[in-house]
Amino acid sequence: MRRSTNGFKRTARSRVAPLGRLARLLPPAVMALLSGCSLEHGFLHPHGRVAHDERTLFFEVIALTLIVVVPVLVGTPWLLWRYRRGKNNNAAYKPKWTFSWTLEILAWGVPILIVAVLGVMVWINSHKLDPYRPLPSNQKPLTVQVIGLDWKWLFIYPDQHVASVNQLVIPTGRPVHLEMTSDTVMLSLLIPRLAGQIYAMAGMKTQQWLQADQPGNFRGENTQYNGFGFQKQKFRTIAMAPASFESWIDKVRASGQSLDCPTYKQLARPSNVDKPRFYRSVTPGLFSWVIHKYVLHPAPACGAAANGSHA
Amino acid sequence: MNASPLWHFFFGELNYNSLPFYSPIATIGAGAEVFGALAAIALITYLGKWRYIWKEWLTSLDHKKIGIMYVMLALVMLSRGVIEGIMMRTQQAMAINNPGYLPPEHFGQLFSTHGTIMIFFMAMPFLTGLINVVMPQQIGARDVRFPLLNAISLWMTVAGAGMILISLVIGKFSTGGWSGYPPYTELHTMPSVGPDYWIWALTLSSIGTTLTGLNFAVTIYKERAPGMSFFKLPLFTWTSLCTSILMIFAMPPLTVCTLMLALDRYADFHFFTNGMGGDMMNYANLFWLFGHPEVYILILPSFGVFSEVFATFSSKRLYGYKSLVIATMVIAVLSFTVWLHHFFTMGQSAGVNAFFGIATMLIGIPTGVKIYDWMLTMYRGRVRLTTPMLYSVLFMVLFVIGGLTGIILATPPVDFQLHNTTFLVAHFHNMLIPGTLFGMLAGYNFWFPKAFGFRLNEALGKLSAWCFGIGFVLAFFPLYFTGIQGMPRRAQEIYNPAFAPYMYVAEVGAVILGLGLFALIAQLLVSLWQHKRTRVPLGDPWDARSLEWWSPCPAPEMNFYTVPKVHDRDQFMWMKEHGSAYVLPDKDAYEDIQMPNNSATAVVMGAAGFVGAFGLVWHIWWMAILGLVVVWGAVIARSFITHTHHTISADQLRDQHKAWLDKVAAAQPVSRDHETDPTNQGLAEVAP
Amino acid sequence: MSEQKHAGINLKNKDRDTHQQAESPLFGFWVFMMSDAVIFALLFATYGVMMHNTAGGPGTHQSFELKSAFIETVLLLVSSFTFGMASLSMKYRPERLRHLVGWLIVTLLLGMTFLGFELHDFHSMAGKGAVPHRSGFLSAFFALVSTHGLHVASGCVWTIIMLIQLGVFGLSDQVKTRIMRLGLFWHFLDIIWVGIFSVVYLQGLL
Repeated sequence: MRRSTNGFKRTARSRVAPLGRLARLLPPAVMALLSGCSLEHGFLHPHGRVAHDERTLFFEVIALTLIVVVPVLVGTPWLLWRYRRGKNNNAAYKPKWTFSWTLEILAWGVPILIVAVLGVMVWINSHKLDPYRPLPSNQKPLTVQVIGLDWKWLFIYPDQHVASVNQLVIPTGRPVHLEMTSDTVMLSLLIPRLAGQIYAMAGMKTQQWLQADQPGNFRGENTQYNGFGFQKQKFRTIAMAPASFESWIDKVRASGQSLDCPTYKQLARPSNVDKPRFYRSVTPGLFSWVIHKYVLHPAPACGAAANGSHA
Repeated sequence: MNASPLWHFFFGELNYNSLPFYSPIATIGAGAEVFGALAAIALITYLGKWRYIWKEWLTSLDHKKIGIMYVMLALVMLSRGVIEGIMMRTQQAMAINNPGYLPPEHFGQLFSTHGTIMIFFMAMPFLTGLINVVMPQQIGARDVRFPLLNAISLWMTVAGAGMILISLVIGKFSTGGWSGYPPYTELHTMPSVGPDYWIWALTLSSIGTTLTGLNFAVTIYKERAPGMSFFKLPLFTWTSLCTSILMIFAMPPLTVCTLMLALDRYADFHFFTNGMGGDMMNYANLFWLFGHPEVYILILPSFGVFSEVFATFSSKRLYGYKSLVIATMVIAVLSFTVWLHHFFTMGQSAGVNAFFGIATMLIGIPTGVKIYDWMLTMYRGRVRLTTPMLYSVLFMVLFVIGGLTGIILATPPVDFQLHNTTFLVAHFHNMLIPGTLFGMLAGYNFWFPKAFGFRLNEALGKLSAWCFGIGFVLAFFPLYFTGIQGMPRRAQEIYNPAFAPYMYVAEVGAVILGLGLFALIAQLLVSLWQHKRTRVPLGDPWDARSLEWWSPCPAPEMNFYTVPKVHDRDQFMWMKEHGSAYVLPDKDAYEDIQMPNNSATAVVMGAAGFVGAFGLVWHIWWMAILGLVVVWGAVIARSFITHTHHTISADQLRDQHKAWLDKVAAAQPVSRDHETDPTNQGLAEVAP
Repeated sequence: MSEQKHAGINLKNKDRDTHQQAESPLFGFWVFMMSDAVIFALLFATYGVMMHNTAGGPGTHQSFELKSAFIETVLLLVSSFTFGMASLSMKYRPERLRHLVGWLIVTLLLGMTFLGFELHDFHSMAGKGAVPHRSGFLSAFFALVSTHGLHVASGCVWTIIMLIQLGVFGLSDQVKTRIMRLGLFWHFLDIIWVGIFSVVYLQGLL
């Protein structure tokens, strides 16, 4: 298990010291169990710090909750056997016994304690892993504008003025700021090995920060059902070294068509896209136009947005 | 499509394309359904039973019969829901990087009908039916407080179920899932009638459910037998009360959000549309403001069943009664404070997410307490592993795993990874199959003799329980693992070949669940065939504890010959121990009582509700108006009828009581070792 | 004492039998109104959330008229008072059926006048382009206000039926308890309207 480098995390650990220690012991055991099932596709094999911290939290929550679950799993069959109705069963039989303060305090107390600890963890980690919270880094973040369509994803690189469909290319070691909206019904973007999901909704902008540690090629997808092409709304996320990323940008700039308004409107029609597409240039302000056309009245014309390429 | 105005006036949007000939599977499904309906009609006609069914059942206001009809509806819908589940699992097992046998549109309809049926037309009628049969008898009442309203609730629910059933034959159902999220279900993206079927089916059922909640709550508040204070209510009645209160407060948000969606679709309103000031986030909030309490509407009655079953089959008083009551109330209250955990991923602030995450985990506390209290009920008891008990034990072991995954999902940052994946699918099936379904089936096995006068076959009951238990584990545990790897729910095609083994295991599980259903049906048929050997006319097959068993099985129309005076939580056990259970009281203990006459009002209203809703779906306005007019006309007409009750005289009551007690006196009490023998006539040996 | 505490909404001390019979139906009706109140609460909440979603269409100032809303408020408040008088005459003057019938008719007329004003409002709003499909705000407005309007209309139909039943059955126990429930319903709608007047009209115009 890789250790988190975040200071916040350590604070959380020290507050839950005794249980935290248990939490550290258990994940390897659970991991060993799960690795038999080859879970290499999800966030249990994280490739970025967000997914990594989500995995850690996942195991901590399991470990804590098992404290109340295991007694039931063990106790129920045992009670069933020990107190079965049978000829030679000499276990105690007290049909009128209905209450014990000691047991009652345990029954309420242990879950209360565990939920208290979980509550602290939830509070701290919800803030720490807030998808809107910029990832601390000395690198300048890369902004990617994501437009969800039926049934594909459009990724616009506003600072590089290029775009791609169904392929998200990001540099390693640098925070990536995804700004999302939808030009159709509600969608949800998930790249399990990098970070969790967030909804994309028409007329609204949602955000997700993520970062890849090393080069790699990951699955990404829409998880929110949006019609008959939903099952094919997948894309590849390719993390590459910063230098390769720059040369990729150059390669895209040198080839392909440009994403002007007619091309976009054509693209936005419901369809599946078999192969990734790349655009050497993008109409400025396309992303904000997609948001504004649902919000502003009268709706602005495509390409007429005045406030630059950043939404 | 280009129909003449006259056609459009009479038949609205209906045309040849509405018939299910768009895919062979739809044709077969619709054919099977039509054939089933026709076969049932033919059978009833052949047996000449129409008059009997009309007089004894359809127009009956007896809460026991209404309850039985609810459960029958639930079992019919359960069959369709399970078949749909198997079809979906088969598709996913086949469609690993290939299209499988179900086209996307058909798959979309399947997961939508499956969810809608299982929640609104299987689980809800099942629990409503059980409460109907049992609760009034548990509190020593002669009926629910408003018998006609009870029948109206039933027939509205049946009308809603009818909408779902007919949607298979005429037109197509929604592909928007059981939660029907707009803007996907708006007219713009789904111009078919599918969402309209969904909307009006839910509207009918939520009217029924609201009225049921009202009826049960008033019954429990006002109709308890003398001496039955709140802390003497059996646990099942307590959970019924909490469920009723949840129904009263939680159904309105559903009604509001589905009707708003209807306004969007029919009248071009802009509640949830993209643009024009619509806001789909309002829908998510309204829907889950209903949707989360709904989960506890579904689960609390099961908790009540388990409380009765653990005590009865452990031959021991329930451990921690007050604790269980408090836990139930805490769950009911907290259930209104957690709805946002269904959409942590909507982009609200971390503080909001954390608040709702913690509130969700708080529900884990009283739930955990309940589990421990049931374990402590077995502790120092004498446990008989009968069918209801087997369901209860399977529930305990499996439910806590669902609780564990629930706590995982309640952690917002982890939910970001698992939301909308098969992990979520596995989680809620883990709550609803062991939680709701096992509870309902335990109750079905437990109270069946009360309703019909004979026991169900134990061997087939246990087989069915094991099939459901093992089938559930195999069908849904693999989905946890695929969900962790990011497999989205509702996928008609599986893009990742690594998921194939999980899908195969899940398919085997689904088939075993199907066998469970088959065993359940076989159990009913075999039990009917054997019923002479399993009759328990004297009333107490399980050496039971609460008041509903203090009458013959099946219970007489008015439930009790005299109004009991309650001294103890386990009133019937108390009476048996004090030797007063089977003693004929003085003559003046009896009085003339009024029981409601049969009425066709409710069934007429249900039929009119169905017709009206069908008209709305297909834009056949005359039909919609006709339906509405008949529904309200029936209410008004009924209010002019004054002779709504008949009298049962004190003498009749005393005679019947005496006849029962004479049979009891002549019978030989059986020990618990002979519980499932033919010698068990329903008279239990009193423990020394 | 209790007679004064519960001036008209029950029959205590006057008609003990009917009072006892009425207890459960009245309690049930209170429960129904709680459920109905939740519906209105959600419609209010939706209106509050969508109030500013005018989508470039008319807003509150362009859509509403305070004068008309004020007249509607007065009409409903007075109708509540007249229903109160009906309840009092049912409780204290059951032998003078004419009083009860008279007050019910006055209430009915006030309710129908209210509905007339409301329809007139809707009509003049439509003239200004403020129709429900113009924007989220107007959708929420029409849903809230016409749900209340439909309730008032059902209240009017109910009143007419009670007048017929008074003619057919006289003041029987059952008719009595039904009028008591109608009274609860009518006052409830009045309270909802006060909410609508404050939240929709006053908030929108002031």
